[in-house]
Amino acid sequence: MSITTIVSENLKSEVKNLNFYYGDVHALKNINLPIERRKVTALIGPSGCGKTTFLRCFNRMHDLYPHNRYEGEIILHPDNINIISSEIDPIEIRMQISMVFQKPNPFPKSIYENVAYGLRVRGINKKQILDEKVEKSLRGAALWDEVKGRLHDLAFELSGGQQQRLCIARALATDPRILLFDEPTSALDPTATSKIEELIVALKDEVTIIIVTHNMQQAARVSDSTAFMYLGELIEFDRTDKIFTNPANRLTEEYITGRFG
Amino acid sequence: MEDIKKRIRIIKFLDYIFAIAGLLSTLVGLVLLFTLLIDLFIDGAPRLGYKFMTSFPSRFPEEAGILSAWVGTFLVMLVTAGAAVPLGIAAGIYLEEYAKKNWLTNIVEINISNLAGVPSIVYGLLALGLFVYFFNFGESILTGGLALALLILPIVIMATREAIRSIPNSIREASYALGATKWQTVQSHIIPYSTGGILTGIIIGLSRAIGETAPIITVGALTFIAFLPSSPITSEFPFISFKWLMDPFTVMPIQMFNWVSRPQAGFHVNAAAAGIILMVMTLLMNGLAIYIRYRFRKKIKW
Repeated sequence: MSITTIVSENLKSEVKNLNFYYGDVHALKNINLPIERRKVTALIGPSGCGKTTFLRCFNRMHDLYPHNRYEGEIILHPDNINIISSEIDPIEIRMQISMVFQKPNPFPKSIYENVAYGLRVRGINKKQILDEKVEKSLRGAALWDEVKGRLHDLAFELSGGQQQRLCIARALATDPRILLFDEPTSALDPTATSKIEELIVALKDEVTIIIVTHNMQQAARVSDSTAFMYLGELIEFDRTDKIFTNPANRLTEEYITGRFG
Repeated sequence: MEDIKKRIRIIKFLDYIFAIAGLLSTLVGLVLLFTLLIDLFIDGAPRLGYKFMTSFPSRFPEEAGILSAWVGTFLVMLVTAGAAVPLGIAAGIYLEEYAKKNWLTNIVEINISNLAGVPSIVYGLLALGLFVYFFNFGESILTGGLALALLILPIVIMATREAIRSIPNSIREASYALGATKWQTVQSHIIPYSTGGILTGIIIGLSRAIGETAPIITVGALTFIAFLPSSPITSEFPFISFKWLMDPFTVMPIQMFNWVSRPQAGFHVNAAAAGIILMVMTLLMNGLAIYIRYRFRKKIKW
């Protein structure tokens, strides 16, 4: 395990003995994982292995539904707080950790209002500030040039790939410390997919990224480290190039070579 | 091959029969409705006019008008809407977004649907005991309006819930993931996106209430009223008066019933004319509901 090979200043987050239960179902079992700062960590594994469940622990999405229980810790650095502690308000966490979902889900509002919503939620309503931040986020999501003339058009009029980049802009507008991607390109065509992969690689210089993907080639293309999960457990975690060329675990090797999943 | 061809011919024939049956069933309803409307129009058209709309009832059919009736209907609808809309929307939002989903909320949901089917006279009795006697509102516009509000409350609640339920959960998750609280999500997303459905439900509720006679009779609406309720606008401070809420009143359906019950044929003409007005009001409201639904559906495509 290469937990010790990541120096602590470079840690954005540490997952310690994380267990998660959907009611009585033990969905995540004893996960220990470091998340490196300003790098892309990929979570791969067959359907049902728990990677999305794991991702959604980082921004406490499970709190929205009943009968969910966390055990263990996800430490956020440098604050050294436990994200999943019941003493911490999930809203505080969600204000610092943003998420992009699998199917693009822009609000049925204008492009501008979509990006501005995260800021409005924080009480930022001055037009000048909003204008600036909306432009900055849309540039950051490589969407500005395509929409700058029609910011007040409905977001629904954009194509699927554009809508997903809009969702990325929306997530970026609040300057998150960690950006979570839940299979962001599985609903998109190859051109849109590669645009977003380029975006992710460009974004990691500004923000720490965790991405769940069922597409191994994608994980190999965009990530620095990869974690392979199976049936709720973390099987192997290592630098991406090492995991895909020389995995240490036999299960990892079987998944990567397409033997199952 | 011949067998297959024969089977196809038979099935196509059955298709054709079913289509004809469906068309006839539709036509029965439409033809009946149109016959009623045309008949009403032929009977009542002579009386329609400015004089009819601005006169009080009278012993003479030619002099009688629906002024007090339609003013009464209008004011009662105002009270009904004023009570049912905020209560219904708030209840709908609470039940969909805030209440935990358990056996208790299931019972509440079933009972709300049941309430929509309770005969309107029962609401009249309830209003009589509660508003007329217990709260001492008397036989007033307030009582009539509140009785009808109770009647249409389940309709508004159910329309609100259906509208809210049609909002996909991915939108809620997007809002929460940005750090919004539940109230912010309700205010910025849930309410705006369900407004179309809610408005449609309100209008359908009101167009039902406008014609409900039983509760109004039970709470004591009078049938011969030759005066209007007090004006809401006064000439002295504070320029707005609520006295009209406590005044006696009548409404359109009751005036119609009163006229139809009289022996003189002249009054039957009046009843038909009033019926036309009532139908026009109802059709306008339903048309408005359809238009609103269309406009909102254009903006929001899930």
